[in-house]
Amino acid sequence: MQKDSLLPTTRTLAAGPEREPLDPDAAISIRGLVKRYGDRAAVDGLDLDIRRGEIFALLGPNGAGKTTTVEICEGYRDRDAGEVRVLGVDPARGGRRWKAELGIVLQSGAGDSQLSVRELLAAQASYYADPRDPDEVLELVGLTEKAGARGRTLSGGQRRRLDVALGIVGRPRLLFLDEPTTGFDPEARRQFWSLIRSLRELGTTMLLTTHYLDEAEELADRVGVIAHGQLAEVAVPTALGGRGTAPAVVSWTEGGARRTAETATPTAFVAELAARFPGEVPDLAVSRPTLEDVYLKMIGDRS
Amino acid sequence: MSTTAPERAALPSVARVSRTRAGVELKEFFRQRESVVFTLVFPVILLLGLGAVLDYDLGSGVDFPQYFMAGVIAAGIVGASLQNMAIHIAGERSDGTLKALAGSPMPKSAYFVGKVAQVVAVTIATLLLLLVVGVLVFGIDLPTGADWVTFAWVTVLGAAACTLLGIAVSSLARNSRSASATVTPIALVLEFISGVFMPFDQVPGWLQDVAAVFPVKWLAQGLRSVFLPDSLAAREPAGSWELGTVAVVLAVWCVLGLLLCIRTFRWQDR
Repeated sequence: MQKDSLLPTTRTLAAGPEREPLDPDAAISIRGLVKRYGDRAAVDGLDLDIRRGEIFALLGPNGAGKTTTVEICEGYRDRDAGEVRVLGVDPARGGRRWKAELGIVLQSGAGDSQLSVRELLAAQASYYADPRDPDEVLELVGLTEKAGARGRTLSGGQRRRLDVALGIVGRPRLLFLDEPTTGFDPEARRQFWSLIRSLRELGTTMLLTTHYLDEAEELADRVGVIAHGQLAEVAVPTALGGRGTAPAVVSWTEGGARRTAETATPTAFVAELAARFPGEVPDLAVSRPTLEDVYLKMIGDRS
Repeated sequence: MSTTAPERAALPSVARVSRTRAGVELKEFFRQRESVVFTLVFPVILLLGLGAVLDYDLGSGVDFPQYFMAGVIAAGIVGASLQNMAIHIAGERSDGTLKALAGSPMPKSAYFVGKVAQVVAVTIATLLLLLVVGVLVFGIDLPTGADWVTFAWVTVLGAAACTLLGIAVSSLARNSRSASATVTPIALVLEFISGVFMPFDQVPGWLQDVAAVFPVKWLAQGLRSVFLPDSLAAREPAGSWELGTVAVVLAVWCVLGLLLCIRTFRWQDR
């Protein structure tokens, strides 16, 4: 396996008989999760812990097992093997009380409706013990002006914000966000990100799946990369795939030519470089692998 | 912010959520122009159209509109229950509405209570509309005395059987369009061979036998007993209204429909 050489600096969760026990304090704790569709194992021995209060981004190519894992946590699918606890409860046995602690923003959204935005939120709120005020939630997601509009007349971005509003009106302790910004323009995505940050300040734990690496980097406290039904790595975004300690690439122009150098000590290197030039170092740039670089490398090596 | 589990207030009761769901279902139905036209107005158009065009005497002083009243009410009940449920639940399943509800703490029974409330409201609206138009336009004779009781139980049993069948059938369709494309022709065919649009004794014998397997025939027959004079019972296959058999067959379809619902109902697409 190339796994170890690929991931030299961050923790790789062990797969095998010596698994740690479930973490009772985690928002989500998964050990040895297996889900098969026919002969194919969509999830194949996955371990994961998501702490309370954090935003965790799950990355991975289509078919890697992301949605299956999330839907098992949400109680939508059963599993073939392994242990799962979501807020301390096995999702396969989660009742109304457990569901009232969750907020779910599905990839498919909430569907068509003849009800107004406010009516939809009020109906959703009525399923919970201690819901948020629908008008406050509308304010939070920026849909106050659309409160009287029917769900089906909203734009794509507005609909997604409505989905989030429906997901948080029950005051969830854990919010699932499945590809929440697919189809957003850049402006709408920025607005959405600030919404997510304000939810974090309210103490909501979030499990986010996304195809956008900048989104994961922007929002997540930690990211996990799923490939072939297993968790390849979990790390803070800046350290994933050894990014934090990977050699930096320093580039500059000297003698009319573009020069580049890889170095583990970019500060010292740039200081040295600065000493060689009378003023500014021409076209100086220092870069490290982007999250996208390491992500593509990780999933590329596995497929 | 505390992250330990605080003691939370009690969840709302099933009755309260059921009331919310009933309100949601009524708004969803009556605000959607297509469903209102298709389910509520279509039977009225049928009554006005066929009632004006077909004009023959069935004997005992019964004209076609009087005969057709029973049939079009049966068609209205089938539309409000079987077709309505099959088409709209298939749509809610394909667009993710059901999945979202299943992930929420809404008691699942409340969803079905809401659907029943919708069927009751739509059925009552359809019946009232048909009766008013029938009386005002065609001078239909309304039922008298005990016929109202028969009217009530036949309608309730027939609508219940068709609602359960509609919910069960919704699981077979991929979306509301395909549900509509399958269920509408089936309902029409059943109505044709059940004496809804023409006197049942004009339906060929073997088709009468086919129709007798399904609930629409018994619903229509029960309603004929309400709207036609007893002298016309002689034209029924058994020579009588067979109200006991009507009750038994419709009740059996209720049980079958319920079993099918329990076996087939899905909250999400596969």
